[in-house]
Amino acid sequence: MENLSLFFNFGLPLIVLMVAYFIGSAIEKKHFANIREREDQLHGFPVVSFDTMPDDWNASSSDMVTGSIVISLDYFKRVIAGLRGLIGGRIKTYEPLLERARREALLRMTESARTQGYDAIFNVRLETSRLANATRDGKGTAGVEMLAFGTAVKLKGRSG
Amino acid sequence: MNVVSSHAIVISNTESIPGRNIVEFYGVVTGNTVRAKHVGRDIMAGLKNIVGGELKGYTELLQDSRKEATNRMIEQAKSMGANAVVNVRFATSSISQGAAELFAYGTAVRVS
Repeated sequence: MENLSLFFNFGLPLIVLMVAYFIGSAIEKKHFANIREREDQLHGFPVVSFDTMPDDWNASSSDMVTGSIVISLDYFKRVIAGLRGLIGGRIKTYEPLLERARREALLRMTESARTQGYDAIFNVRLETSRLANATRDGKGTAGVEMLAFGTAVKLKGRSG
Repeated sequence: MNVVSSHAIVISNTESIPGRNIVEFYGVVTGNTVRAKHVGRDIMAGLKNIVGGELKGYTELLQDSRKEATNRMIEQAKSMGANAVVNVRFATSSISQGAAELFAYGTAVRVS
């Protein structure tokens, strides 16, 4: 009986931690590979953060495009981040999460512009917002929303 | 939310519409929506939360909500007689546990 309660108090969370670590790492690796592949496909599509168009762009039509993703950290990394929060300093587990969310949002924005037949995007802005119900002890949903938006233009008289 | 604008209204997050001139200003137009989470989606998101990764239910929820807010902003611009909205900005605020406000605003203008 004591063994059983010991298992439920310590064993089970440990198993969940380990499962979260392995599956979470696998998902992250796969996502990064996917992002790199899609970024290669979009190579040469101009996406710039200037607030005015470069002089040699001659736009014939434009529209706003957006891309967004809600992403969350796995349980293991959340616990690590929580521990890190006690002593302060750089939380390395959060960095790849935000990076891949940002790149994914940019990719979705760019892909949507390309499928709509636009040639370039300018005035790209990125916004991050935290979803409300995350708690400090790693419970609740620790989602982060990343939004990328910009003005897509169709260009005339410009090649490449 | 791939196509945010509806017909006849052009929107842009820049201060002007590329290749067009602004001939008249109508002022700031806004659109908002407050959404609560779906219980079913929240349970799924809770499970997904253990292993991490994209929470698709939430991504869609926020995309739909932002589209709704944008459409309301566009409706307001239309009712003023504008044909474009420039300098569009988005804002998100969580007003309570499990509910969020999505807000879009911009300047309604007439372009030539």
